[in-house]
Amino acid sequence: MGLTARPDSALRRVEYDPQSQDGWVTTRLDFLVNWGRANSLWPMPFGTACCAIEFMATAAADFDLARFGMERMSFSPRQSDVLICAGRVPFKLAPIIRRIWQQMAQPKWSIAMGACASTGNMFDNYAVVQGIDTIIPVDVYVPGCPPRPEGLLYGIQMLQKKVMSERMSDRVLRDEMEPDPATQLYIPPPAIDEISEPFGNSINQTRSTP
Amino acid sequence: MATKTRTIEVELSTSGLDRSGKPQRVPLVTNDGGTAIAFEEPLALEPALDGEHMLINLGPQHPATHGVLRLVLELDGETVVRCIPHIGYLHCGFEKTGEYRQYNQIIPWTDREDYLNAPGNNVAMALGAERLFGIEITERCKVLRVIACELSRIMSHLVWLGTTSIDIGAYTPFLWSFHQRELIYQLLEAWTGARLTTSLTRVGGLMADIPDGWTDNARSFLGGFNKVLDDVEKLLTNNGIWVGRTVGLGVMSPEEAINWGLSGSMVRASGVSYDVRKDFPYLDYETYDFEVPVGVNGDVYDRYLVRVEEMRQSVRIVQQALDRLPDGPINVDDARVILPSKTKATSGMESMIHHFKQVMEGPRPPVGEAYVAVESPRGEKGYYMVSDGTAKPVRWRIRPPSFINLSAIPKMVEGHLLSDVIAINASIDVVLGEIDR
Amino acid sequence: MNELTESFDIVSVGSALTNAAPPATPKNVPHRGGDVNPSADALKQQFGDAILRASVGWGETTVFVVRERAGEIIRWLHDDPSQQYDYLADVTAVEYRETEVPIEVVWHLRSLPYRRFLRIKTELPKDAPLEVDSVWGIYRSADWLERECYDMFGIKFIGHPDLRRLLMWEQYKEGYPLRKDFPLRGRFSRSEQLRQALAANPESRYSMEELTVAEAFSEIPEDMRRRLASGERTGE
Repeated sequence: MGLTARPDSALRRVEYDPQSQDGWVTTRLDFLVNWGRANSLWPMPFGTACCAIEFMATAAADFDLARFGMERMSFSPRQSDVLICAGRVPFKLAPIIRRIWQQMAQPKWSIAMGACASTGNMFDNYAVVQGIDTIIPVDVYVPGCPPRPEGLLYGIQMLQKKVMSERMSDRVLRDEMEPDPATQLYIPPPAIDEISEPFGNSINQTRSTP
Repeated sequence: MATKTRTIEVELSTSGLDRSGKPQRVPLVTNDGGTAIAFEEPLALEPALDGEHMLINLGPQHPATHGVLRLVLELDGETVVRCIPHIGYLHCGFEKTGEYRQYNQIIPWTDREDYLNAPGNNVAMALGAERLFGIEITERCKVLRVIACELSRIMSHLVWLGTTSIDIGAYTPFLWSFHQRELIYQLLEAWTGARLTTSLTRVGGLMADIPDGWTDNARSFLGGFNKVLDDVEKLLTNNGIWVGRTVGLGVMSPEEAINWGLSGSMVRASGVSYDVRKDFPYLDYETYDFEVPVGVNGDVYDRYLVRVEEMRQSVRIVQQALDRLPDGPINVDDARVILPSKTKATSGMESMIHHFKQVMEGPRPPVGEAYVAVESPRGEKGYYMVSDGTAKPVRWRIRPPSFINLSAIPKMVEGHLLSDVIAINASIDVVLGEIDR
Repeated sequence: MNELTESFDIVSVGSALTNAAPPATPKNVPHRGGDVNPSADALKQQFGDAILRASVGWGETTVFVVRERAGEIIRWLHDDPSQQYDYLADVTAVEYRETEVPIEVVWHLRSLPYRRFLRIKTELPKDAPLEVDSVWGIYRSADWLERECYDMFGIKFIGHPDLRRLLMWEQYKEGYPLRKDFPLRGRFSRSEQLRQALAANPESRYSMEELTVAEAFSEIPEDMRRRLASGERTGE
């Protein structure tokens, strides 16, 4: 099971020319830029359901998000850095999240908070998108239903580590995803079908008779 | 917005514009044959501006819509002439899936549906299933369920208080409410293992009994909670800004409230003393000593007062419940619905068969149907289940209170300002998970 | 500061009852038999043959009525002073697993003055068009409840001013989700469902003024065009 061959567009090619090494200045500059970005990620809370309540709890006083520089929730996507999709995304909401993602300016990251945003969770039915990574590229998946605030904070710290490891010389890192204009899908349809299939005991969940 | 005048060859009786090119004022809601237009004539002091109505799209992604709600507002300046709500952005096929799950398997789904009232939803579902099965639960189970329902009511009203305050502009109650919620989360986590999505009940009982020392922790929480409510009331109740922003908004008269099917704090703030706990009781609520606050003005301010007072009454109920908590089993002694203990299931033939049937097929109720309604923080929450004798229901219907409460928003918002729309929407206490299911 | 309206008088539940015992939690509710709601007899007297049968199950009275007169019967239940079913709790439908059993439309009515609960049902055979009277004119709460029933089952409510899909998007092509012949995971493949969802323009629901512009108008579905042409409005 699992993806056997991924098409090239899904692979992120890191272009790195070994002849021209990154000098001391560029690595220091990378560090500075990444440090600034990682520690002031402004989240765009795309909260839909229960995970949004846990997100609010993480932002509140007990698990403060402000210490990570994230207390400024920008509800306008144009002013945000990281899209935190907290909650299940039905098909009716899919074009909305696609549009929000496209409205965000690079550099941008996304966190799929909770099992529903990661894979569709228990909602394996006609109405729910089986993971928002079929619609937008996702950087960090935070499992849980809903994840504890500590879990979300761990996911945010993973994102911060990911941000710190970026390099400006990587030319394709900040490329915008390009969906196929005919279908608006950015992953080939067979791949979407494959990752959305139920497996294990879930294949018995579509029976209404014993 | 520039006026475009194009002729289109379609069969349309009206383009929505009158002869001078201005949008027609269309009554949004007719009241038994009469018309209710937003305003009769413009204010005398206002200069006759040659303006058009503006269309504003609020949502579905918006900080203040309390979920993925989309409101299309037609504005005349800042005043709302028409409001068109669009829902369905969180429709996740709950009712369809209910036909594919056993009665115990669907209980985790009820957490996710109204996620602010998860323990209360679990209790409502279990009560409905027990009515369908014909099971009488134990006394200890009843009292624990009452405690769960009332704590859940407090939790939900705290979120409502926090988010409404933020929408209207007060940030501090949000932090205080969420800290109180953390204290309740700790109680629920000690009991069930989960903070928010508790899956507390099973058909015929509960998932687990409360651990040792739980009642002491609960009492200490309740001891400090009233003081927090007093602090919040000190901040808001007589605050000029709060009062100025909430009084007189979104008024529903008692007859309208009943006809529009409102329930919960919405209908009680409008003067109708309908509370499912008092009028169609369950879990022995008639034996508890509590009052139901009823407002007389039907506006947002009254809904605020009603909900704060409901939190105080919930504290009273939980204290009484903790005092009367009897010892005894939490699960009913019926092998057809409750899994036998592991020692019995692995040693006795009959218990093994019961265990096998329940795990592989699930408990089967007799043929029939049942509708059980409880008082959720949003109103009359009902689960209507139709059984054909198999382990999975034929129809699993959720009667969502905020769905029906929200359908009245076009009526409530007409004639108010844009910022009032936010306040009125907040006062309905919507949970989109329950609305869209 | 908004104008403060006059205060309302408090309406209490059970105001029409005299010397009734205070309500109590039902205990040991029998599966069949049990107290019949007096409205069942009153309906039989008033409507005779239009009432097919009444039964009591788990403490709730269910009355089956003839489909064509359902609206009339519910209006009588609302208006008659001895019934006063002023609160519509729910409108929904039930489709059974056996294909030959008709679809039932269910109304849950509450009488707040008499503190009663009544379930009215009517049967819609599957070989005929699924239509029944709307109760929108009687209860405003039926507005969205009937729209949702249409969206999920395809049942048309005659007399509803604005019967459009509510929970799914208007151009949803897969069918009516709660029908038993609709599979749980939908009819199309996941990628096809996603493709259709992304193609649905989220802003194609605007008002008349926007729709006079030709581009937006061509995208709206046929039934909506007809509805707009007749000029009907309701809280959408």
